[in-house]
Amino acid sequence: MSDGVLQAVEDDAAVDLFTPTQSVAARFRRNKLSIFGAVIVVVAFAAALFAPWLSPLDPDAVDASSRLAPIGSEGHLLGSDELGRDILSRLIWGARVTLLVSLSATAIALIVGTFLGLLSGYFLGWLDSVIMRLIDILMAFPYFLLALAVIAVLGPGLLNGMIAVAIVNIPFFTRIVRGVTLSIRESDYVMAARGIGASNTRILVRHVLLNCVSTVIVAGTLNIGWMITAAAALSFLGLGVQPPTSDWGTMLASGRQFLSAAPHVATLPGLAIFITVLGFNLLGDGLRDALDPRLRE
Amino acid sequence: MPEQVESRESPVASNAAPEPPLQVEHEAPLLDVVGLKTHFFSFGGVVKAVDGVSLSVRRGETLGVVGESGCGKSVTALSVIGLVPDPPGRIVAGRIDFEGGRDLVGASAETMREIRGNEISMIFQEPMTSLNPVFRVGTQIAEAIRLHRKVSKKEAMDSAIEMLGLVGIPSPMARARDYPHQLSGGMRQRVMIAMAMACQPKLLLADEPTTALDVTVQAQILDLMNRMKEASGAAIMLITHDMGVIAEMCQRVSVMYAGVVVEHTDVRTLFANPLHPYTVGLLESIPRGRGRGGVGGQLKTIPGIVPNLLHLPKGCRFQDRCGQVHAACRELEPPLAASLDRVDGGHLVRCWLHVSPSETPAQPQGQS
Repeated sequence: MSDGVLQAVEDDAAVDLFTPTQSVAARFRRNKLSIFGAVIVVVAFAAALFAPWLSPLDPDAVDASSRLAPIGSEGHLLGSDELGRDILSRLIWGARVTLLVSLSATAIALIVGTFLGLLSGYFLGWLDSVIMRLIDILMAFPYFLLALAVIAVLGPGLLNGMIAVAIVNIPFFTRIVRGVTLSIRESDYVMAARGIGASNTRILVRHVLLNCVSTVIVAGTLNIGWMITAAAALSFLGLGVQPPTSDWGTMLASGRQFLSAAPHVATLPGLAIFITVLGFNLLGDGLRDALDPRLRE
Repeated sequence: MPEQVESRESPVASNAAPEPPLQVEHEAPLLDVVGLKTHFFSFGGVVKAVDGVSLSVRRGETLGVVGESGCGKSVTALSVIGLVPDPPGRIVAGRIDFEGGRDLVGASAETMREIRGNEISMIFQEPMTSLNPVFRVGTQIAEAIRLHRKVSKKEAMDSAIEMLGLVGIPSPMARARDYPHQLSGGMRQRVMIAMAMACQPKLLLADEPTTALDVTVQAQILDLMNRMKEASGAAIMLITHDMGVIAEMCQRVSVMYAGVVVEHTDVRTLFANPLHPYTVGLLESIPRGRGRGGVGGQLKTIPGIVPNLLHLPKGCRFQDRCGQVHAACRELEPPLAASLDRVDGGHLVRCWLHVSPSETPAQPQGQS
């Protein structure tokens, strides 16, 4: 038995010759639905980023001569609303507000939630008890009630509402990250890291946090979809963005009154919300499948 | 009986590591564990995983710690390096003297972190999961170096690549850029050894380092450990349940059973003249192939299972599985003492068959 043969045997055992990044991308590409989701998300982001160049008309320009114009009418590709404002332009500009708000709310919840989850799952003991009981209290809170309370104190406005929604979403991340941390802290490589004399902070950041990242990315993507609906719901109730700015939720709310005369005015922003949320969820599912090592063939 | 002894001896003789010259007895051992008790406080009660273990590792030697699953081998090693999961585990009694005088039991977390990886390292059973999947292996070895040495990232990486070469990984420069999942189990165990030896520790705790590997790779890893030991002068505490590994690697052996050391002697005596019925049982349950009188015969086993560590029997811990049990065994636990059969006192055994009751007050390990 020469060394060469042994070497060949050992090389055979190393089946997966991609680097992690390459194989994740390859697995992601195999899933057609998640590609579809990614395309939707990219389109939504492009609309938000390039709104000034993409929108055909000023979204706030009132045109009394063409109120409630149907889809496909001249000058208004997707029709116009009760004040004659171009719906397509308003949808494109609305994407800005909707995405900005849902992304920032998710980011707040993600950062705070991950931090608490790491501490709680890694150190356990009294710290875990305190954090998890606070999380339980938050979870027992109906989020709209908390949003209303925050708005009552800080005044109406999408930002205030979203701060409330972000707070209510912290438990989602904390519980997920705590669970992952619990399993990672028991893993052999954390034990090995302790064995070479690594400190707790070092283990938390380099070993636990970095191995949580894929889970957090997936949770975050799925959470954005939920945040979009929450933002739309707040705006729909008039607690979110205040005129003249408008997002998809306010468009939906104002179009509701003309549902029988001009159904497209309410339906189109509803569709925009629906498709975008669907896109984020498909993307999240695809990412989860691609990043989950247990699903690798 | 003598024939059997012969056949047991043969694997030792064929490829055993060259034995170092016998150490002078009065030299303080590198590691001296005295009466160590590590207990786990569970809902069901106190699990006495390690219940008064005494053992010592001399400079430059390999001490084998052998015993079946759950006898406290790993917990003993984790106690030495200060990694017993707490809660639920805690060292409740005993001393761990390192380098003649530094007691590791009372050492601060800071001190232990300084010692771990620097003076005492540990390698684990599962090479497949002991490396962080998101870092390149070179980075992980460099991390171990930078934790204890004030060197630049570049220097640490250079040493890491050098270590990879030392542990016999071909084209170490390229392999250092690999992720753990690109390496096979044997390769990963080599990386683990490189990581553990990177700061030239004085003591290496090896917790079943070859159990998860297949046999050819196992032999390579054992060989590598012996070479690394000789090159660096480190002592090894080798935990295993494989008598073949013991024969291959160790100079002295401590046999553990249900949280205590039941027999302690040098490796030749252990294979030639085992005293404790448990050790005898362990040696008899090694499968022997053709030409050794084993083919066609029934493989001997030790009947029964390890006693529940929550409810240990009164008297000897091995009584329910022992063929030679008698009344005294059910009454009083025997001390670990020099056997009556050996004059020089180098063969310690915890069995009433080989220790006279008068030995009890004079037991050398000073257990309370």
